[in-house]
Amino acid sequence: MSGGPTAATEPLLRVRGLDKHFGPVQALYQVDLDLPSGQVTALCGDNGAGKSVLTKCISGVYQPDHGQVFWEGQPVHIRTTRDASRLGIETVYQDLALCDNLDIVQNMFLGRERLRRELLDEDNMERAAAETLASLRVTTVRSIRQPVASLSGGQRQSVAVAKAVMWNSKLVIMDEPTAALGVNQTRMVLDLLTRLRDRGLAVMVISHNLNDVFEVADRIAILYLGRMVIQDKASSLDRQRVVEYMTTGGKGMKAAS
Amino acid sequence: MARPVEIPPDPTEAVEAAKAEVPPELVAQSLGEYVRAWIVRMRGGEIGVLPVVFGLVAIMVVFEIISPNHVFLSPGNLVNLFEQSSVYMVLAMAETFALLLGEIDLSIGFVGACGAVITVQLVQPVTTNWPWWAAILAGLAFCAAVGLIQGTIIARLGIPSFIVTLGGFLIFNGVMLILLLLGPFSGYPNLTSASSNVQVLFNLMSGTIDPTISWIVMAVVLLGLGGLMWFGDQRRRRSGLVAPPASLTLIKIGLIAAAGFTVVAISNINRANFGTLAGVPWVVAIVLGVLAIWTVLLERTKYGRYVYAIGGNPEAARRAGINVAMVRTIAFGLCSMTAGIGILLYASYIGGMSNNVQGGQFVLFAVAAAVIGGASLFGGRGKMIHGVLGGLVVGGIYNGMYLQSLDVQRIFIVTGLVLLAAVTLDAVSRRGRASSALGAGR
Repeated sequence: MSGGPTAATEPLLRVRGLDKHFGPVQALYQVDLDLPSGQVTALCGDNGAGKSVLTKCISGVYQPDHGQVFWEGQPVHIRTTRDASRLGIETVYQDLALCDNLDIVQNMFLGRERLRRELLDEDNMERAAAETLASLRVTTVRSIRQPVASLSGGQRQSVAVAKAVMWNSKLVIMDEPTAALGVNQTRMVLDLLTRLRDRGLAVMVISHNLNDVFEVADRIAILYLGRMVIQDKASSLDRQRVVEYMTTGGKGMKAAS
Repeated sequence: MARPVEIPPDPTEAVEAAKAEVPPELVAQSLGEYVRAWIVRMRGGEIGVLPVVFGLVAIMVVFEIISPNHVFLSPGNLVNLFEQSSVYMVLAMAETFALLLGEIDLSIGFVGACGAVITVQLVQPVTTNWPWWAAILAGLAFCAAVGLIQGTIIARLGIPSFIVTLGGFLIFNGVMLILLLLGPFSGYPNLTSASSNVQVLFNLMSGTIDPTISWIVMAVVLLGLGGLMWFGDQRRRRSGLVAPPASLTLIKIGLIAAAGFTVVAISNINRANFGTLAGVPWVVAIVLGVLAIWTVLLERTKYGRYVYAIGGNPEAARRAGINVAMVRTIAFGLCSMTAGIGILLYASYIGGMSNNVQGGQFVLFAVAAAVIGGASLFGGRGKMIHGVLGGLVVGGIYNGMYLQSLDVQRIFIVTGLVLLAAVTLDAVSRRGRASSALGAGR
């Protein structure tokens, strides 16, 4: 870990030697992970491999037992989700965490409302929300003042992503973004992911769906029973090898980037 | 203007299914479109205040026809009706705070009654002789403190509000009886003193505002409110934000103005059998004041937004960094404090306090009024105006059946049936919404 990395090669987020256990269960062993800007990194692994735990350690929900996290080259301690937001890390959970009874604008600004003379500045928020949605080319919603309850699954995912990128975030983590979606809506979300990458954000996607992974991921990281078994460019991996790493850990093959 | 639907990548998607759910004012460009969108939305289960308005009209028509000498719509009875309903209206607004969170507060009747007894006791000239405003503040402060304590137990210890406030219901029934026995009247503190300080409390309900001043105040309020609505919508239209068509804004302003004119005109007719009794009762101003302040709090402040968010999805609110326990605790404080205002109006109406206060019945009527008005029992949906409209329905039924000299049993039965109808409507419209949201997800 010593030796100053140069700015050009330094990934936005670098995790080194992360350990996490819950009681007697060791969830993560010495996990290393790099998340570079302007790239989509897919985090794969079978059920119970530790994907969620690793995600939650990065987003401040859990505290790792050992190991270091570097943000833009600096060591950081992410103790709460607030800390993560302050750094520019936003997580879109699988359940999206939207309030059905509030409209799109209200959801996007929930917890960070803009005020004018102590009252909510609805005009300002509506304009900003519209700009963000337009910049992500989320145009299928009829009105940004419609309640989230009336949106389709893909539209809800888009709103959750827009909510995440609204705050000048640099890293967006998405947990199974296409799990519950149909073909068209999956397309819509994957396009959205590519647009985030093109904007220069670092994106980490947790996914089981290898079609999606190979379609959008620039890099693939695979966890097997709490260990990071491989991290590599998507182009140097193929579907069969990924499945092998996910199910057997690559037959004991040691791999690290 | 609505956000345009530009080249959707997959035009088949969801747009049709979502149509029924979108509030019509968001997509309509003209009045005709608005009306059509509104009909579509009602079929989809979003009903708004329409049922309660229909209900009110039905109550008026029916009772006017069957009431002896058609007195139901006479100026005197209408003012009386409003005075009787005002207690339910304010209590329903109080309960709305709890309902919006998906909770319930069963204690507001007796907690409010304790506050009212404190106020009435404190102004008694022979004992403490507090100025009326200080006595009111003390009573409301007591209520707010009780609400905050109950809210803390509910929000921090995670005990269901139903149980905590059921305990509060019993405790403060007892506390009220103890408080009543204090002071010179041993059980029946009243407001019949000649002291002008005490008269202020007596006049909260029955005192009237001078007719001329009533007109002037109404004109000023209408101009202010209408101006805010018109220029607000105008500004939003100009900057391309979501806004209703101009004609609709005008219709809304017109309806509010018509309601204001009607109320003042009716109140300004001499309604006394002998001598003169005219002018808008103070209670109208008090109810509208509470309505205005709580509406601004719920719809224009961060705090109000968080109340709705917690009612909709507490986990999402927590992840958004909202202090959920704090918001809920404060909501119970506001609920109890508002209930204190409601029962104070009741004390003013009957000219004192006694152990006849039906604290339990008040709670049930308050919940009924809020739900009849359109607030949801399941949290996240409802406005303060719903409590006011629902309170008018409950008060209207009560008043109308009273004019028929029907006994209290029948009044209970009818009110209960109306409540059942309202809750069924709420549940059915929820189901409509849920299934159309499911359809949109496909």
